[in-house]
Amino acid sequence: MLEKMIFGRYIPGTSFVHKLDPRSKLSFVFLFIIAVFLANNAVTYGILLGFTLLVIFSSRIRIYFLINGLKPIIFLIAFTFLMHIFFTKEGAIIVDWKFIKIYEEGLRQGIFISLRFLVLVLMTSILTLTTSPISITDGMEDLLNPFKRFKLPVHELALMMSISLRFIPTLMDETDKILKAQLARGSDISTGSIKQRIRAVIPLLVPLFVSAFKRAEDLAIAMEVRGYRGGEGRTRYRQLKWHWRDTVALALLGVLVAALVLLRG
Amino acid sequence: MDISLQQVGYSYGRNTPFEKRALQGVDGTIKTGSYTAIIGHTGSGKSTLLMHLNGLLKPSEGIVQIGDTQITAGTKAKELKAVRRHVGIVFQFPEHQLFEETVEKDIMFGPMNFGVSKEESRKRAHELIELLGLPPDTAQKSPFDLSGGQMRRVAIAGVLAFKPSVLVLDEPTAGLDPRGRKEIMELFSRLHAEENLTTVLVTHSMEDAARYADNIIVMHNGHSVMAGTPQNIFGDEETLASFGLGVPRSVKLQRVVEKMIGRPLPVLALTEEDLATALARAASEEGDANA
Repeated sequence: MLEKMIFGRYIPGTSFVHKLDPRSKLSFVFLFIIAVFLANNAVTYGILLGFTLLVIFSSRIRIYFLINGLKPIIFLIAFTFLMHIFFTKEGAIIVDWKFIKIYEEGLRQGIFISLRFLVLVLMTSILTLTTSPISITDGMEDLLNPFKRFKLPVHELALMMSISLRFIPTLMDETDKILKAQLARGSDISTGSIKQRIRAVIPLLVPLFVSAFKRAEDLAIAMEVRGYRGGEGRTRYRQLKWHWRDTVALALLGVLVAALVLLRG
Repeated sequence: MDISLQQVGYSYGRNTPFEKRALQGVDGTIKTGSYTAIIGHTGSGKSTLLMHLNGLLKPSEGIVQIGDTQITAGTKAKELKAVRRHVGIVFQFPEHQLFEETVEKDIMFGPMNFGVSKEESRKRAHELIELLGLPPDTAQKSPFDLSGGQMRRVAIAGVLAFKPSVLVLDEPTAGLDPRGRKEIMELFSRLHAEENLTTVLVTHSMEDAARYADNIIVMHNGHSVMAGTPQNIFGDEETLASFGLGVPRSVKLQRVVEKMIGRPLPVLALTEEDLATALARAASEEGDANA
């Protein structure tokens, strides 16, 4: 039932994007998110979309799979699109039918904001789909290292993140199992009034919380038993290496930013 | 309620890079009143198969016929709830499904979902607490305050409470101590006889399959590869071994004894008791022949 969700999933592979260093990927996505806001006309949005497609293509992840997994977000995008269409009242009227009036500026804004949304979500999905959770946290820890000076608990944050990411699939499986067990007892979360549906979630949430707490406790004990005592003096088995392709990726991003700055209206 | 499977196939995560075929071309019949064991190696598709027995999963291909209801890939969710009323599943580690404040309320959850009145549900809850050998004051306790074995019983009661006519058990004794295992298995065996249940047991234990079942389906790599009576299945040691499965301990011992006395015993000893009886008979025949 939940098997179509793609958040936090990682698809192993050997594409150009897969092989990038997590640090370069993280900074890439971070800078890209900022760069997206530079776009403000058809040409620059076109470039953004083209660039995103290029990244998807070089990650060798099937577009069909991406789109399928993004369905819940596509609903959100459609919602923003409609909001802009109906509530922006600038420019010439292009549709005037009974009480519905659509303005040129509204359509423009609607399309642009949805595109912005889509591009952001696609790019971040590509990051998590092509980078194992462990590498993401390793990269994150490394990038945040300078902030240690300001007493930021970098290692602890990274550990928390890797544990949460690690347990997403586990909890998903667990949810699926409990859901099936309750369905087998006649529980029904897909029909009935809103109130009934909300009530039907309780039999799902309580066991899930119970097992999550139990797991957390087991994990804490297992870590202590194996001598875990925080990040001080801890060495790494996986060393991060910066390759020429990481430089290339960031250079490409530089080209994108330059193009956006030059062509924006 | 007869259940029949016709060329049932199922894949997890269809159309994703994670697509995994779990079942292919599975055939099988589970007759009303039978006690069917489904055996097979880990990953052979047993658990996936059992979720087809009450419409938790719909077959990607083929037909699952449960009583008068036919379930195919296109069956609507509404029809499935009616099926679930008749087919109860006790999942592996069923205690993970407990959520209510009191044991009584948790047992009442199932029957009330299926439209049984509150009073009747409460009555059944108390009957089941007694039937499952739980202390009477358990009813008002929180299920999370019970021991593991007791939680298991409460969870089983939660399924029995809506009186399904088919009871599907997925390794109901996993993680219990030998005594707990025996008690639970004997309980299901008694229920099977007294309540005229149709029972389906998914198990790793050849001993349980041999002792309790009258019909066995063997799964291997998502295919149903053998079906028949325990006598037939466990008599064919070689074929079983090719699927990575063994025979019950009593049959193993019987083979050793047969080698020692130089002739086969007339029946296959599915349980230790059977073996003892067969040996005693053989010994007395021997005595008669010598006299």
